[in-house]
Amino acid sequence: MNALAARFNAIFGADMAGPLAALAAVLIVFGFASPHFLTGATFGSVAFQLPELGVLALAMLMPILTGGLNLAITFTANIAGLTLAWTLQANGGIDAGSGAFLLGTALALAVGAASGLVMGLVIAFTRAHPILVSLSMMIFLRGLGEFMTRGGDISGFPTFIAPIGHGSILGIPVPLLILIACVIASHILLSRSKLGFSTYMIGSNIESARYSGINTRKILVLVYMLSGVMAAVAGIIMLARFNSVRVGHGESYLLITVLACFLGGINPFGGFGRVLPVFVALIVLQLLSSGLNLLGANQHLTTAVWGILLIVVMVLRWLSAKFIRLVK
Amino acid sequence: MRKLFLSHTTEFVLFAVIIAMSFVLGFATERFFTLGNAFDLLNISAVNIIFAVGLLVVLIAGGIDISFAVAASIVQYVTVLALERIGGGGWVSGLLIAACFGIMLGVINAFLIHRFRIISIVATIATFNVYFGLLMFFTKGVSIYNLPDWLTSRVILYEREMADGSWAEITLPVVVMAVCTFATWLFITRTTTGRQLYAFGDNPEGARRFGINIGAMQFIAYGWLGLMAGIAGLMQAHYAQEVVPNALYGRELDVLAAVVLGGARLGGGKGSVLGCVLGVLLVSITQNGLNLMGVSPFAFKMIVGAIILVAITLSSTRIGNLAPVFATRKSTDARPADKGES
Amino acid sequence: MSTATNDGVKAKPLLSLRGINMTFGGVKALKNVSFEVLPGEVHCLAGENGSGKSTLIKVISGVYRPADGAEIVFDGETISHMTPAMAQSRGIQIIWQDLALFAEMSVAENIAFQTLSGSRPRFVNYAAIRGVAEEALGRLGVTLDVDRPLKDFAIAQRQIVAIARALVGEARIVFMDEPTASLTQSETDHLLAIVRTLSASGIAVVFVSHRLAEVLEISSRITVLRDGALVGVYPVEGMTQSRITELMTGRTFDQNVRARDVAQNPVLLSVSKLCRPGEFEDISFDLRRGETLGITGLLGSGRTELALTLFGMRRPAAGTIVLEGRAMRFASNREAIASGVAYLSEDRLSLGLNQPQSIADNLVMASLNRILSGRLISPGKKRALVARWIAELGIRIGKQDDAISTLSGGNQQRVAIAKWLATDPKVLILDAPTVGVDVGARAGIFEIVARLAETGLAILLISDEVPEVYFNADRIIHMEKGRIAGWHDPRATTLKDLEAAVYA
Repeated sequence: MNALAARFNAIFGADMAGPLAALAAVLIVFGFASPHFLTGATFGSVAFQLPELGVLALAMLMPILTGGLNLAITFTANIAGLTLAWTLQANGGIDAGSGAFLLGTALALAVGAASGLVMGLVIAFTRAHPILVSLSMMIFLRGLGEFMTRGGDISGFPTFIAPIGHGSILGIPVPLLILIACVIASHILLSRSKLGFSTYMIGSNIESARYSGINTRKILVLVYMLSGVMAAVAGIIMLARFNSVRVGHGESYLLITVLACFLGGINPFGGFGRVLPVFVALIVLQLLSSGLNLLGANQHLTTAVWGILLIVVMVLRWLSAKFIRLVK
Repeated sequence: MRKLFLSHTTEFVLFAVIIAMSFVLGFATERFFTLGNAFDLLNISAVNIIFAVGLLVVLIAGGIDISFAVAASIVQYVTVLALERIGGGGWVSGLLIAACFGIMLGVINAFLIHRFRIISIVATIATFNVYFGLLMFFTKGVSIYNLPDWLTSRVILYEREMADGSWAEITLPVVVMAVCTFATWLFITRTTTGRQLYAFGDNPEGARRFGINIGAMQFIAYGWLGLMAGIAGLMQAHYAQEVVPNALYGRELDVLAAVVLGGARLGGGKGSVLGCVLGVLLVSITQNGLNLMGVSPFAFKMIVGAIILVAITLSSTRIGNLAPVFATRKSTDARPADKGES
Repeated sequence: MSTATNDGVKAKPLLSLRGINMTFGGVKALKNVSFEVLPGEVHCLAGENGSGKSTLIKVISGVYRPADGAEIVFDGETISHMTPAMAQSRGIQIIWQDLALFAEMSVAENIAFQTLSGSRPRFVNYAAIRGVAEEALGRLGVTLDVDRPLKDFAIAQRQIVAIARALVGEARIVFMDEPTASLTQSETDHLLAIVRTLSASGIAVVFVSHRLAEVLEISSRITVLRDGALVGVYPVEGMTQSRITELMTGRTFDQNVRARDVAQNPVLLSVSKLCRPGEFEDISFDLRRGETLGITGLLGSGRTELALTLFGMRRPAAGTIVLEGRAMRFASNREAIASGVAYLSEDRLSLGLNQPQSIADNLVMASLNRILSGRLISPGKKRALVARWIAELGIRIGKQDDAISTLSGGNQQRVAIAKWLATDPKVLILDAPTVGVDVGARAGIFEIVARLAETGLAILLISDEVPEVYFNADRIIHMEKGRIAGWHDPRATTLKDLEAAVYA
């Protein structure tokens, strides 16, 4: 038994056990409960719905690893989406060319980076609490977006954008490909780059990191900038999926991304956690949503079940810690 | 005086900012410095202040709660349904029912946090989703407009006709807010339990070694916030004259920002009722002033967000942080004995 | 069982424990320990880190419950299970090593906290609290502004507050866990005077300290613990420091002066007229290749501030730092590290090492550029680098990925040293390298230091433990109030003379 556990940890990492167990449980339970669950349709819908939430969760992940939080991700995504939408509109709306799209995408990513830059600078240089800094940034961006759009939608984009939200390449949905690219990039960044290494060190003890010659301020600023860029990617995906931008789109994802991170074994105080378990946790959440949908439940019940799942996982973690102490 | 200033820096700064802003607004608009407007401000802020003093207690005890605003929505809904069952009820039964449900929802958080050692932000993000999901699921998002008459009729405790013919009024929520604020102040500064909450938030291990009942602290703090959330929920229903299940969704973060702006510390041990009230008022006055100056309502939040961002940047900035050359952390002696942030 | 006091009269013990066993996660922290304190005596509880001293105090104060079969008798009353409230009501007071004070609360509330505890809610009488606090401070002959929050006060004053808190209510026995760890010599002297006053007024004091000189100065009896078991109870008369060390570690040590003549070696680091007002002034010295230069002096003498300035974390107001003939103006410690300066922090727990993280990550933290392949960290190079230093410094570890906090203090410090050696430094500043390291493991650390000096590394050894510097440095600077008060050559002076100069 112990050898088996050790082997599992060697292959997947110890933090993978919870998400994988949840994945198996969801597949088994819904597989029996609904004959339509284990079909291509379910996985198709998951593949199209997962990316927005998934990319936003990646945007939340890095700040949490530094011991912070970025509550501004959803509205950063909206503002980035707006930036792209306006660029397209200024260049002909439905008739806008691919040049305008590339320019708009670049501007959207830059806007995301800028919001992260401001937060990162404030957090790094004043040591204000990230929850508060990103919270006020969130309120600011929400207000900015509502002010600029007067609460309305912006739509009417060239047709070549639709495939980003709905198309497939070799049978794999394009948004899923974007998500997978982001997951791989985040994974490599966190597990192999100096930036990633420093992120973990800062998360568990920023002063000791500074004493060891890590440029803690630069790292913090970069982390929040990357978080903003990732949120902007999510904003572009949302624009393509809904074929419109409205401030408030995806607002309900905010706390779900935090939930997904915790479910994926990220330490709430920072310093520990990996991308892949979070990715599995995201799949679990989305499968749960699809499964409940098949059984006739709506999105709200799903939200409640997501919350219960987080509680169950936390209680199980507490029980297993207790069990390990007893065995010893 | 200097001593008072040093021990209440945040409150003084907030107060000075509010005064300065009031002067500007007073000169820029005709209506700002009127009794009617002052009362309006209080009427508008009442619900948020009740939420804020409740959240303050949890923050002082070293926790955080994301779920309280959604919990208040549940309390609104359930209370109105329960009142219907008992045939209408009145203020006393309404407040009692709301208080009980509020405390119950708060206690659920405390139970998860204490019994299973779940970190407060994780536990309350989970209950936030559970509460909101279940509320929307069972209510199907349908609002209740048919409230008991006593709940929807405005209770005016003081009124005065102004020179321009408008009425300056103090309504029930303001009085309830005053009672809640006073009760919270009395509780956290004048009772041993309140002081234990400060001690627990400040140094949990130290409090434990003094034999302070850690579990009781959690249940009291979250129970108090639940109580305040229940009352605030009922007041919100009274003020809006309807119960909309998702009306308070998102309020938790606005209140959190205002409370922390008022000097409460995420991490525990610090915060005052006065600062908390001033924090909420600062946000309300900003909105009120922008409104009077004819700024588009769509721009309110943007400006409020910017002001909070600037305020926390200024209040957290020490010269030493901006320029490490001046940093004189006495590394060998004055190491604070307070808890490490691991 | 009762013990003979100095007068030969049989005195009944005030506190007596027998058969105390305590287990944490499979590790036996206390093994059948007995412990006895007489009324009004000053008793010392000695032992290395992890010997069970703090655990024993937590059992006595009711924070931990010992395994069945334990017997606690206080003042003739057998207590089956002690709780913190019971301990307090019987006058058992603890001054914890971390003080367990509340930084945001006022001094008065901290001192009179006992009147605020208890589960029955009551209204707070602030006037009474202030009175209690002032009375307790008065008994210590100290005046503090009791309305100010504790965080406004320095560590020595906080210590006073913690002592005052112990005196509130009828204290019968006061435990002081490492009370002098962060005090300067004069503050320590003041504290020892207070301990004598308490003892004279009939309050028993149990003093837990690893500073052996103090132990001998103040106690009448010593209880020694080793690895969670009782070694024995000894009268202080006739006891020497080396004998206590032997009892604590179970080994014998003899030390020789290691100093060598390095005057022929080329100068590596030359500091001249370095100054930061309020911290240190007019500091000039040359550090030669292969030299171990000791800096000693009391807490607050500006040693650590000087080290941080050499390490680029603080900017000098005046003066020059010349490294290998080039004048240096470090903008940050990153530049210092790149130029070959390394600094082992005095505070290993929160600054020197990243406690929750793994051994491997801690070891490579300062030298990431050496394990890159392309722009990414190479796991293979990382493992190899870690393995090399683990072997080189003889560090005993389980797996590279274990948290650093699972290692003993001595092994942790070796990892911290390895972290800096991996940056290939020319100057290594060791600031209090044996703090929190067991007496037995200290020798190993200094073996490493000596070996490094042989390879040509220039070492600045900072310590307030005068013997450490005396036995291990080639030359010694004595700092006082931010200035160089004197130079000493260990081969030309005795430890006694050096200590006399430093503690004068």
